[in-house]
Amino acid sequence: MDLYEYQGRELFARHGLPVLDGGVADTPEEARAIAERLGGRVVVKAQVKVGGRGKAGGVKLADGVDEAQQRAQDILGMDIKGHTVHKVMVTTTADIEEEYYFSYLLDRANRTFLCIASTAGGMEIEQVAHETPEKVVREPIEATVGVDEAKARDIVTRAQFPADVADQVTAIAVKLWKTFVDEDATLVEVNPLAKVVGGKVLLLDAKVTFDDNATFRHSDHEAWADRSAVDPLEQRAKERDLNYVKLDGEVGIIGNGAGLVMSTLDVVAYAGEEVGGVRPANFLDIGGGASAEVMANGLEIVLSDPSVKSVFVNVFGGITSCDAVANGILQAFALLGERGEAVDKPLVVRLDGNNADEGRRILDGANNPLVERVDTMDGAARRAAELARA
Amino acid sequence: MAIWLTKDSRVIVQGVTGSEGSRHTRRMLRAGTNIVGGTNPRKAGQQVDFDGVKVPVFAGVAEAMRETGADASVIFVPPAFARSAMTEAIDAQIPLAVVITEGIPVHDTTAAWAYNVARGSRTRIVGPNCPGVASPGQSNAGIIPADITGPGRIGLVSKSGTLTYQMMYELRDIGFSTCVGIGGDPVIGTTHIDALAAFQNDPDTDAIVMIGEIGGDAEERAAEFVKANVTKPVVGYIAGFTAPPGKTMGHAGAIISGSSGTAEAKKVALEAAGVKVGKTPSETARLMREVVTAR
Repeated sequence: MDLYEYQGRELFARHGLPVLDGGVADTPEEARAIAERLGGRVVVKAQVKVGGRGKAGGVKLADGVDEAQQRAQDILGMDIKGHTVHKVMVTTTADIEEEYYFSYLLDRANRTFLCIASTAGGMEIEQVAHETPEKVVREPIEATVGVDEAKARDIVTRAQFPADVADQVTAIAVKLWKTFVDEDATLVEVNPLAKVVGGKVLLLDAKVTFDDNATFRHSDHEAWADRSAVDPLEQRAKERDLNYVKLDGEVGIIGNGAGLVMSTLDVVAYAGEEVGGVRPANFLDIGGGASAEVMANGLEIVLSDPSVKSVFVNVFGGITSCDAVANGILQAFALLGERGEAVDKPLVVRLDGNNADEGRRILDGANNPLVERVDTMDGAARRAAELARA
Repeated sequence: MAIWLTKDSRVIVQGVTGSEGSRHTRRMLRAGTNIVGGTNPRKAGQQVDFDGVKVPVFAGVAEAMRETGADASVIFVPPAFARSAMTEAIDAQIPLAVVITEGIPVHDTTAAWAYNVARGSRTRIVGPNCPGVASPGQSNAGIIPADITGPGRIGLVSKSGTLTYQMMYELRDIGFSTCVGIGGDPVIGTTHIDALAAFQNDPDTDAIVMIGEIGGDAEERAAEFVKANVTKPVVGYIAGFTAPPGKTMGHAGAIISGSSGTAEAKKVALEAAGVKVGKTPSETARLMREVVTAR
């Protein structure tokens, strides 16, 4: 889960890291109230999970409460690279003297964590690394060792932070590491980390990603989840514990196992090209079990997508046996009928693996005109694409 | 001979008394795996009866190894307990620990990995979030169905469970030496490269199928390894060509971020290393069939 900037700022504040005072607003009136509390000059920033907000006009200075309200009015509802602005963050301003960069992240390739630090902040770190690699320090952090004061000071020294901010940045580096670990984050990035007039170092931006696997030990993380940005079908699927991703095609996809479903999307896309431009409508992994109820829930989600014209059910019976899957499909039809959502779109089913013959026999015996059985994955994908095209 | 897991492997199950653990212990026993024990500190000293086979329960991995000579462990404990289960296996220096558990926080896996490295990497960790290791006709550690294929001379390494099964099924008439599911998490204990190296050195493996998916750069690094070190033919498959950037496709690790982790980049890297890459699982199987019959 990626946090919005205002959430990251709150998270940092909670961990005792120095950030600008401020708040978040859904309406111009709320923005005004925050500006009133802060007093004087404020910054109004669009809250979207995409870069280039400044250029798009999503970051504005405001003198006084009236202007703050007006700026919020201008920015709320704005479209920035396809993201609608639903919230603005209002903070005090900072007179920046110097901008730095600091982050901790997961380094997949080396199976460790990584600290990246640079005195060249305020721009893309990839660009800095490319143009002036000598200004970027990359330090592996062992998960079992972490970042203590000595380690932090070593990083700060090697990155050549100026002497007058070294103590502050060292303290921030230690606290930020603790935030990274305590919150089960896979990324905490501060760009810029800034020295402001008067010499104080502040975290002026926050990019934070939480590990979804760790939600079970962070009951508070659920509150950070972004309802507004989630597709309504994805939201419904999540409530039913289904692993569903909405895509923009016409062939609904249901399969078991993440890799097989990903592969199914590809095979359908290839077949779709051949029959003249149909694409997969979604990713849906019903997992190993594939009971009738799970199948019914999955079918219901996929069929309630109005752009779906046909559905491809692609199951390899590993632990699950195909007769159970076949029965699941038939029971799903019955269940959906009872729920008043009778299936009215064609299904192409491919069953292989454990007890496939019996599963096929069950489906054939049901004689449902909406269900077509095809024995190979490639053939079934082609048939589903044809039906979506028809 | 197969890699890592053979008919001589003596296997224990961490979490043998749990629902997943007991269900799959029964299946592994049926597949002919030599299960010599299980662990659960609260049920130490008891026995679990699996259709007449009595499996002793020990307090921990070290004790189980001492009492039974176990050299492999399969871990089925829930995510919250997985880190300590891995730590225990590492402390006991068991040669192979297969972590089936799905949904382990990546900080826990990364910490367990660092712990293993700090202790000299005596334990090969496979997974987490993987279907396990199966050497058909010999032994089966994990949840890979045992009846898909028989023994043969193809080695298989894959990030995905069901795609592993699919490939085993497509090539069941040829058969496999060992099938390794390395798992779809961002941090895993055994990589494509580890399996490729082991298959290259295994006299009973003639050719290798490698299945990857979007996310990370493990396939690209595997391609470099193949170019430099693997003389046996390698056939590849990558899932996720049509996956959109920024969306996690089921596996925590399967996400295209920015310009990295795309299926196309992986395919290009593999082909540059002389690996034939299939467009679909069936085409990949066909390519492997050509390789095997040409020998």
